[in-house]
Amino acid sequence: MIENLDPVLLARIQFAFTISFHILFPAFTIGLASWLAVLEWRWLSAGESSYAQTYRMWVKIFAVTFGMGVVSGVVMSFQFGTNWSAFSDKAGNVLGPLLGYEVLTAFFLEASFLGVMLFGWNRVSPRMHFASTIVVAAGTVISAFWILSANSWMQTPQGYRIGEAGLFYPVNWLEVIFNPSFPYRFVHMVTAAYLTTAFVVGGIGAFYLARGRHHKCARVMFGMAMIMAIFVAPMQLLFGDMHGLNTLKHQPAKVAAMEGLWETTTGAPLNLFGWPDQEAEKTKYAIEIPKLSSLILTHDLNGKVVGLKAWPKEDRPPVWVVFWCFRIMVGLGVLMILTGLTALVLYLKKQLFEATWFHYWCMAMTPAGFLAVLAGWFVTEVGRQPYIIYGVMRATEAVSPVAASPIAMSVTAFVLTYGFIFGSGTYYILKLIRKGPDSEEEVYGAHGVKKPPLLTGLVSEEGGPHV
Amino acid sequence: MFSFESYLDLPLIWLGLIGTAIFLYVLLDGFDLGIGVLFPFAPTDQCRDRMMNSIAPFWDANETWLVLGGGGLFAAFPLAYAILMPALYIPVIFMLLGLIFRGVAFEFRFKATRSRRLWDYSFHFGSLLAALMQGMILGAFVRGFQVQGRSFAGGSFDWLNAYSVMTGIALIFGYALLGATWLVMKTDGVTQEWARRSASCVLAYVGLFMVIVSISMPMMNADVKNLWFSMPMFFYLLPMPLVTAGLFIQIWRELRGTSEYRSFFLSLLVFLMGYIGLVVSLWPWLVPFSVTFRQAAAAGTSQSLLLVGTVIMLPVVLAYTAFCYYLFRGKASHEGAY
Repeated sequence: MIENLDPVLLARIQFAFTISFHILFPAFTIGLASWLAVLEWRWLSAGESSYAQTYRMWVKIFAVTFGMGVVSGVVMSFQFGTNWSAFSDKAGNVLGPLLGYEVLTAFFLEASFLGVMLFGWNRVSPRMHFASTIVVAAGTVISAFWILSANSWMQTPQGYRIGEAGLFYPVNWLEVIFNPSFPYRFVHMVTAAYLTTAFVVGGIGAFYLARGRHHKCARVMFGMAMIMAIFVAPMQLLFGDMHGLNTLKHQPAKVAAMEGLWETTTGAPLNLFGWPDQEAEKTKYAIEIPKLSSLILTHDLNGKVVGLKAWPKEDRPPVWVVFWCFRIMVGLGVLMILTGLTALVLYLKKQLFEATWFHYWCMAMTPAGFLAVLAGWFVTEVGRQPYIIYGVMRATEAVSPVAASPIAMSVTAFVLTYGFIFGSGTYYILKLIRKGPDSEEEVYGAHGVKKPPLLTGLVSEEGGPHV
Repeated sequence: MFSFESYLDLPLIWLGLIGTAIFLYVLLDGFDLGIGVLFPFAPTDQCRDRMMNSIAPFWDANETWLVLGGGGLFAAFPLAYAILMPALYIPVIFMLLGLIFRGVAFEFRFKATRSRRLWDYSFHFGSLLAALMQGMILGAFVRGFQVQGRSFAGGSFDWLNAYSVMTGIALIFGYALLGATWLVMKTDGVTQEWARRSASCVLAYVGLFMVIVSISMPMMNADVKNLWFSMPMFFYLLPMPLVTAGLFIQIWRELRGTSEYRSFFLSLLVFLMGYIGLVVSLWPWLVPFSVTFRQAAAAGTSQSLLLVGTVIMLPVVLAYTAFCYYLFRGKASHEGAY
């Protein structure tokens, strides 16, 4: 039975599953690392102990998340070869060096200084510790730079030629690295990561505020998160719009799928909702806003927008996935902006830290960033199908000569393992959240730390087989 | 487009760099995995805490060398990467799964109370599985792969045979030796005493397996036999087994003595001798016995671009790696995780 399954489909499922699982962790740690650096800076400069307590609570959560990100990331670096070997062979000349630079300039930096950040409390000066936090934060962004450059090249390839045996050869590295969609994707993703962190931190802060616990630390968390929601969420709308216009220029089929637009139309309406039917080649039950699509995409009420029928059926992406994921992403983005506006109004009315109903709302928004990031990646990755390198190489040409049954086995193993690991990780993070920041009395000593923070309270307090 | 290929032997340089990255991975994650292998045999929970703490600040950076080995192979020798990964599909996946269970145990174990036992076993069996699979990959590698055109042409289970099982077990013992001697260096008291005894015991097995591999490799492959047993190569290569034998005797003596550092560094040298032996035997194949490192090399401009980054970054990486080892020098404590 397994032999009858399509190995290409299985390989796609495996890649989609493992990368979707993996992206959750960088989406959170990129923002969290930068925020921890800000917290430590405030702590060292203002000497306010609530910053220190907040830092020490979140650095534990950072460690758990980062650990899961590392182990799921190592898997990714091997999967190009195990599952997409024809792609690796052909595109290795172009993409290999980009991934190599990611390891050399980012992974070692993060991994080494994470050790100092977590274990170096009593071994380095506060300044050196702060520097380590900054280095880890920089490492996460550098890592995003290289991997997004590689991904963007697969979306908008340039600066290459195709040589013997169909191999890709780089012609101009600057064109490869700074390919047309890269700057937009990079800004959009890093901003998304910051917002993801902000809404998680804000949600947890709101939880403490609503429960009346850890008031000082909760204000730090919630206040700083709302600053992000007020200022960065609207900026993300702008970045997203620019990224969308860039996609329209280079991958118009993806935009047509996002819009659920089948016929090439002047003065195209915006399909607010609907059900794109791939077979019938139309979007059923559509709720339309006249001319809005043309206005957004061409900045002209009667601008021409190319529909999906302009491409042969076999060159179109699965439309409903792209269509719906796009709406989920934009919808969540709008909710984030509304959260920011509400926070601004409440702040001006001096009720931000008292309005319990709003704290409950922010608790509900805790996973918003993760969902938006996943939905956004589904839009961009499903939207470029059937290509692995847009317009040049199809996913079906990229796959490894591996039979269906080993891939079926590995998909199952990954689903079970990741389910178990993710469940456990979530459990331990919730445990850390339930416990909250350490109380103030424990803070003393040169660096505000008496004992290494994780042991403080956790193991020694709850006993267990530890010593 | 810049390229250094007209005045540098790029494929050779890259073979050296990737070879070094993989060897550093074997050494550095070797002692981490070895500690995982020995984990349940430690006398007390306090010993186990100490064992884990002795590597907790390093394991992440150590594992990064594997990513550099894998990513570097993709960058510098994409053809080899594209043939080897599908050929070793199942052991690579199981190795990754093992590394996942091993890696998360570091973070979860100290946060667990009732379920700590679970993460002890996750750490142990994850390490064991990763070590076994790496050894089996080695066994499959030295026996060679079926290749047609630019891709792997064999079956999903070609890697699985009695020989690869033997090399898998051999590497488990090899890593256990590194782990035990690391503990002799980084711990004291009961843990150190136990580590000394374990190291001596493991050492005998490592010696046995090295003899088996050294005899079997020339028997399986005529080229390897010709290389090692033809004149005058026999005499050029003769120092290698002699030095290795000398190292074993010295480690044995150091483990009985009072030295805390030497047995670990001598064990690293044993691995170095084994590694050089393999490189010499398999030269110049990168996918034995079908594709040489020159055939598998990426375009000159690709190897050149990454070489610039490597020349700048590798010394920096090595410097701050050394800084971290210096920072966390001395004996590991059973408390004070982080």
